[in-house]
Amino acid sequence: MLARVQLPRTAKPGEVIEVRITIQHSMETGFRFELDGRPIPKNVINSLVARYNGAEIFRAEMGSGIAANPYLQFYTVARQSGAIEISWVDDAGNRGAERAPISVTG
Amino acid sequence: MKSGIEFVSDDLRKLQADDFANPGMLWVARGEKIWGEAAGNGGKSCAACHGVAAKSMQGVAARYPRVDPGAARLVNLEGRINLCRDRKQQAQPLGPESDELLALTAYVAHQSRGVPVSVTLDMQNRKDFERGRELYNRRIGQMNLACTHCHDRSWGKKLAAETVSQGHGNAFPAYRLEWQSVGSLQRRIRACFYGLRAEMPPYGAQELLDLELYLAWRAGGLPVETPGVRR
Repeated sequence: MLARVQLPRTAKPGEVIEVRITIQHSMETGFRFELDGRPIPKNVINSLVARYNGAEIFRAEMGSGIAANPYLQFYTVARQSGAIEISWVDDAGNRGAERAPISVTG
Repeated sequence: MKSGIEFVSDDLRKLQADDFANPGMLWVARGEKIWGEAAGNGGKSCAACHGVAAKSMQGVAARYPRVDPGAARLVNLEGRINLCRDRKQQAQPLGPESDELLALTAYVAHQSRGVPVSVTLDMQNRKDFERGRELYNRRIGQMNLACTHCHDRSWGKKLAAETVSQGHGNAFPAYRLEWQSVGSLQRRIRACFYGLRAEMPPYGAQELLDLELYLAWRAGGLPVETPGVRR
């Protein structure tokens, strides 16, 4: 699974920063069928967590209403240098993770 | 002459313009990875011969499909990538519409973004071109329509909820919401065949290559938009 995380490389302490995430995932709804009639099992990213230097700052629980290749965006406050790590798991149990570094100076 | 992006909603236009939110960029990013990975018995990566793609691949996609001198036949960008895999990397060809092939094609074509599409017609591709033009104007399928009936005579009109475009391929490989994925121009053309209830040529068929060449000539001057976003 491929993902992209975007946040500013540098920020001032206390600055509000935007974090954007896209993940390549089919987000199979479970409502579709193969050509021969077999149902395609539901497989969506059901939970996604963002941690800033180990502390959880954002969590999303998704279902079959979310389109393929989900795009998420949230805001957080830059406190100290380090990294924001995103990790997620889908219904099939596949885990993925992606991290983006940030340096906080001012 | 209007690119397909002018027939989509504002939301989609914004999505294509935003290099982060554009879902096609996931395939481009994946292609960038594959570009640097060694493959096959040759043990070479794309980068081993071609170096930095931003330099070596700039403008390349705008000149395809073209006749490959070695193979002496018309190939599109996907076909050219597979020729390289065969000759230099000595690897298995990537399957049509496989994620790897789409990613690599999208990455290579992305290096030509903004470059005007310009294929040259010469003695070598003249026959392919004429066949492509003939197919473009030939009525096919139970609907008994040719490409030209929608994309030359009726563009801008509504087909159900959608606006009929001029049928230019300058954004492909493109992310289509209907597919929830990136797909090739051949996949899009096959979708038109399906809509006409005509027999769909298989991927890589000569008919599709001929059509791609004719479409590229017809789209001459439009900037490459890969990865485009379409309905």
